[in-house]
Amino acid sequence: MQEIINVKGLTKSFQHLTAVNNLSFTVFEGDVYGFLGQNGAGKSTTIRMLSSLVAPTKGEIEIFGLNLQTHRSEILKQVGAVIEKPDVYKYLTAFENLKLFARLSGVNVSAKLIMAQLDQVGLVHRAHDKVKTFSQGMKQRLGIGIALVHNPKLIILDEPTNGLDPQGIADIRNLILHLSREMHKTLIVSSHLLNEIEQVATRVLIIDKGAKVIEGDATTLFDPAQTIVELQTFNNSYALEQLRLSKWGVHLKTGRDHSILINIHRNQITEFHRELVNMDIPVLSLQPRHSLEDYFLQVTSGNQHVDTYSN
Amino acid sequence: MWTLIQIELFKIFRRPRTYIAFAAIFSLIAIIQFGLKLDGDSYVDFMMRDITSSLTIEGKILNGYQVCYITLQILLVHVPLLIALVAADMISGEANMGTLRFMLTRPISRTNFILAKFIASVVYTLMLLIWLAIMALFVNMLLFGTDDLFLLKSQYVVLLKRDDIFWRYLWAFGFAALAMTTVASLGFLFSLFAENSIGPIVATMSVIIFFTILSTLNIPVFNTIKPFLFTTHMIGWKEFFDIKVNDANEAIVGSIQNPGRIWQSALVLFVHIIGFLAASVLIFKKKDILS
Repeated sequence: MQEIINVKGLTKSFQHLTAVNNLSFTVFEGDVYGFLGQNGAGKSTTIRMLSSLVAPTKGEIEIFGLNLQTHRSEILKQVGAVIEKPDVYKYLTAFENLKLFARLSGVNVSAKLIMAQLDQVGLVHRAHDKVKTFSQGMKQRLGIGIALVHNPKLIILDEPTNGLDPQGIADIRNLILHLSREMHKTLIVSSHLLNEIEQVATRVLIIDKGAKVIEGDATTLFDPAQTIVELQTFNNSYALEQLRLSKWGVHLKTGRDHSILINIHRNQITEFHRELVNMDIPVLSLQPRHSLEDYFLQVTSGNQHVDTYSN
Repeated sequence: MWTLIQIELFKIFRRPRTYIAFAAIFSLIAIIQFGLKLDGDSYVDFMMRDITSSLTIEGKILNGYQVCYITLQILLVHVPLLIALVAADMISGEANMGTLRFMLTRPISRTNFILAKFIASVVYTLMLLIWLAIMALFVNMLLFGTDDLFLLKSQYVVLLKRDDIFWRYLWAFGFAALAMTTVASLGFLFSLFAENSIGPIVATMSVIIFFTILSTLNIPVFNTIKPFLFTTHMIGWKEFFDIKVNDANEAIVGSIQNPGRIWQSALVLFVHIIGFLAASVLIFKKKDILS
């Protein structure tokens, strides 16, 4: 598979803050590359470096086999990006915005093509309305339309579902899947909405405090057989004590005042339940939780957040 | 580059804010014209009260050329604010809207981007000056007619013949364009450092007010820096209305009293423009876009 993006040792420091720290990853052709991290983890800074908005302090970015710093224009001709909010000119119409950005991309598109592009993102009926009258979801779709207007090979979407209602989120998800499956684009999608990434990503990178936590195939990383089970009892301290002493102690992940998390294989849930009864632990509930969310909490400092919250 | 300039001009002239300056100039000049049309003679009497005892004046003092000069004296102090409204918004406005991100992810060089924006703001400045010229010169010529121009300087009086005036106004407007481009380039430079346009507009006006006060203060300690302040040279357009006299103390038609001073002022303004623009390009090329 052809490498589309190859990032090596990427670092960005702002005075005393290191936003991205020695980050390396590879995106292959056809990937929907999920870029996960909590707020402030360094996702946006990385995305901005990939889009040449921010200069790296150290490290190299190669896109399409070319160095981004030395071949910026050449690379950006094949990249479409929506960074954070899709802010466009509110005093212009959707049609005018699309035409303006097409010209900036060096493409002289016809009115017919612009309308076709607007149709693709479901805005053809609002083509000649000023953007200031658009909803957030419509602006987001217009932003993606602009990112696609020059038919790029690589599309970078930074937090594309931010501020959208459930219908807007579903629209964007379908659009991402369409771009990947029907149009064979390579996409990088950053988000802190884990279930969104889980539904679209083929490969995933999780970063925390600017550094890589893990990178790999979404299907391997989020093995549905591995389940986080949330246990609630009438006496959690007693339950925690008993579990730590038992064979389940090694699977214990995070405890809260009113719940205990344990990472086990799905087939072990019945056995686990039986042993809880045997250990005389007064169970209130035993509930499998969303795998990706818990995986994310497991591999990032989100664990600390949970502990802090509970204490 | 041409495409970028076209796009920037398109954006400038599609924004309602752009037309505030044109409307403001129209309103201000219309008020002056209305006042002078209604009660111009009283104004002239007031203006001439100290010299009518020693001079006999024939002809029409309040004519289009005179009104234009009065208008420029009043307005050219305030036009920088109108210029700053757009020039100081060129980058900061885009950062504020968030469109700067979108723009700079396109395959355009940052140098071309900043130059196109600067050229667009200069075009806007020129358009505003042309509008000022139409309103202050041509409309006044139509409303008040033309005659000799009588100017009271601090220590002498200048009388310019009717046929020797029009070309001076054209040069004066050209010089004013250079002065206003200096203001635009300063506002443009400030717009790199902010994510809303209020800060750069206020900063531009503050610098102009501060430098103007320094330029006009008659305190010897400031005399050494005055020649280097661009505000000292912004009123250089008035030099076009000073005329040479021969040995018989007669005005030499088509002459300018001190052309060297005009060239010097123009050079200082031009150096400022280049300096502000070069700084803008260098800073913007290395700027991280975090808006």
